[in-house]
Amino acid sequence: MSGRALAKDQPASFAFTAEMTARLNQIIAKYPQGRQASAVIPALDLAQRQEGWVTRPAIEEIARLLDMAPMRVLEVATFYTMFNLHPVGKTHVQICTSLPCWLRGSNEVVKACKEKLGIGMGERSADGTFSLGELECSGACVNAPVAQIGDDYYEDLDYASTVKMLDAFKRGETPKAGSVTGRDGSAPAGDHLTLTEKPTPPAKQDFAAAKAAFEKAKAEAAAKAAAPKA
Amino acid sequence: MLADKDRIFTNLYGRHDWRLAGARARGDWDGTKEILDMGADWIIDEMKRSGLRGRGGAGFPTGLKWSFMPKTESDRPHYLVVNADEGEPGTCKDRDMLRFDPHKLIEGCLIASFAMKAHACYIYIRGEFYNEASNLQVAIDEAYAAGLIGNNACGSGWKFDLYLHRGAGAYICGEETALIESLEGKKGQPRLKPPFPAGVGLYGCPTTVNNVESIAVAPTILRRGASWFAGFGRPNNTGTKVFCISGNVNKPCNVEDAMSIPLKELIEKHCGGVRGGWDNLLGIIPGGASVPVLPKSICDTVLMDFDALRDVKSGLGTAAVMVMDKSTDIVAAIARLSAFYKHESCGQCTPCREGTGWLARVMKRMVKGEATLGEIDTLEQVTYQIEGHTICALGDAAAWPVQGLIRHFRPELERRIRDYRDAKVKDKAA
Repeated sequence: MSGRALAKDQPASFAFTAEMTARLNQIIAKYPQGRQASAVIPALDLAQRQEGWVTRPAIEEIARLLDMAPMRVLEVATFYTMFNLHPVGKTHVQICTSLPCWLRGSNEVVKACKEKLGIGMGERSADGTFSLGELECSGACVNAPVAQIGDDYYEDLDYASTVKMLDAFKRGETPKAGSVTGRDGSAPAGDHLTLTEKPTPPAKQDFAAAKAAFEKAKAEAAAKAAAPKA
Repeated sequence: MLADKDRIFTNLYGRHDWRLAGARARGDWDGTKEILDMGADWIIDEMKRSGLRGRGGAGFPTGLKWSFMPKTESDRPHYLVVNADEGEPGTCKDRDMLRFDPHKLIEGCLIASFAMKAHACYIYIRGEFYNEASNLQVAIDEAYAAGLIGNNACGSGWKFDLYLHRGAGAYICGEETALIESLEGKKGQPRLKPPFPAGVGLYGCPTTVNNVESIAVAPTILRRGASWFAGFGRPNNTGTKVFCISGNVNKPCNVEDAMSIPLKELIEKHCGGVRGGWDNLLGIIPGGASVPVLPKSICDTVLMDFDALRDVKSGLGTAAVMVMDKSTDIVAAIARLSAFYKHESCGQCTPCREGTGWLARVMKRMVKGEATLGEIDTLEQVTYQIEGHTICALGDAAAWPVQGLIRHFRPELERRIRDYRDAKVKDKAA
């Protein structure tokens, strides 16, 4: 289990902005009447998008809005690892170090981050611009190693490309997300062996014949079941 | 090798338009009403005849699963829930379907929901997939606007609503009952079964949870016919499958090919081979982090399907192939997985909560050889005390990689322990 606790220093209050309130109401409408608790994860996400992290007053406000016991919201906030229970940097860099990324050199990516940002895992730079964290499998394993920065994935990294990417962030830019080597998604690098043709709609089966065969089989099965056992 | 014309995911790499117009040009939403008009019984029967086995890891026959739902609607609505909480280390196939072929999934949601008499479906997508969720939401909005889903889906008279729900980073929510708990706004801790979700699932209502790939292939299977799909692979292991090949290969990639393709052919043909050549192979984890590793001798000939991999005491799982060449520290690799399971245990069952931590600590020592030879047996025994003694399969998943390591790489563990001991003795003597 990942042990996680709320930060010691907490702000005095929390309120959703008008825009966030509208988004939350849209989300609550997805669930049946009386099941508004289903919106707790999205609500915490909105709070984090607004404040940068999940604060105790935000947890209490969400509990009030969704008519939940504050303890139930706290449980959710501490259970799910995407919720930052402490302030993070403006640019929150998370490196996937799970097996497929590790096999392709995530250690080098971590090293580049530590050297370039001057901080360790779980730390935030003094000026609050960067923080560094570790991810458990980001689900982009054939594009390993992967870094998640904000909502974007940066893929196929190595030491040099990580440095280049961080330099861009330091200049205040947001580099293009995706494979830093320019691959199309998860396609193999270089020449294409598959999906080389322009896709066209496949031919459909004969539905009338399929239906007739299905009905015939059904009738036969029914007749067999009805027949007296010999 | 599978021909392009027999591939289901024709936009796997995102080279074409993923939106509605592009999807239609590739054949999605073609004759959906005809399929619905065939009736729920025919759809479920056709899915059964296709031999499709669930693509989320367990390999349970999809058509059979659909048939477990109550045949008639009661005052409790039926739900379809799509598991897009992809997070099994090595697995990244659903991501491509979500971002590049979202309409295949949406069409599948409609057909599957119709077949199971569900008027609402939730897609639970892992929170980290923000951009993938954005694409999918755009596609859902397009489908509503075009009348493909909504009050009169495809003009069939069936009311169907589809909602996207984002998670927030918890591997355990890929377990179907944990996912349901999470969707209800709770911690993702699995439920005891029975009752099974088909009886008591989301909000206490009949629910079926299916993997993204299982649902996304359904429209194409029904359009082209069960016999077309069943024509690939071997009996009981039919169809096409998206494989994710990561690790020490020259060209890691996702690729759709026929089920039962030999593992060696998969790697040599699609991934440019193992780094340094096939003889440089140390071992392969063939189906995601939770299945046992296989040594090269088995990889030479094994087929990539459910039964063939089960027969060699591993599993197809999600078909996430993690390749390790001879430069890999195999003990450290498995120790990394043990650390993963420790991190992801939900903490509900004692054997898993305590056991995964214990495995991770001992595996960390095994990397250095800081152990006694007898501890290898203790380690193995403990894995058997976790396996099968927990509510969900996470305990099993934590146990299997360690068992695989001991089964196939025991001499390496012993060598490290002896080397560590010898170095200590030398230190003392000096």
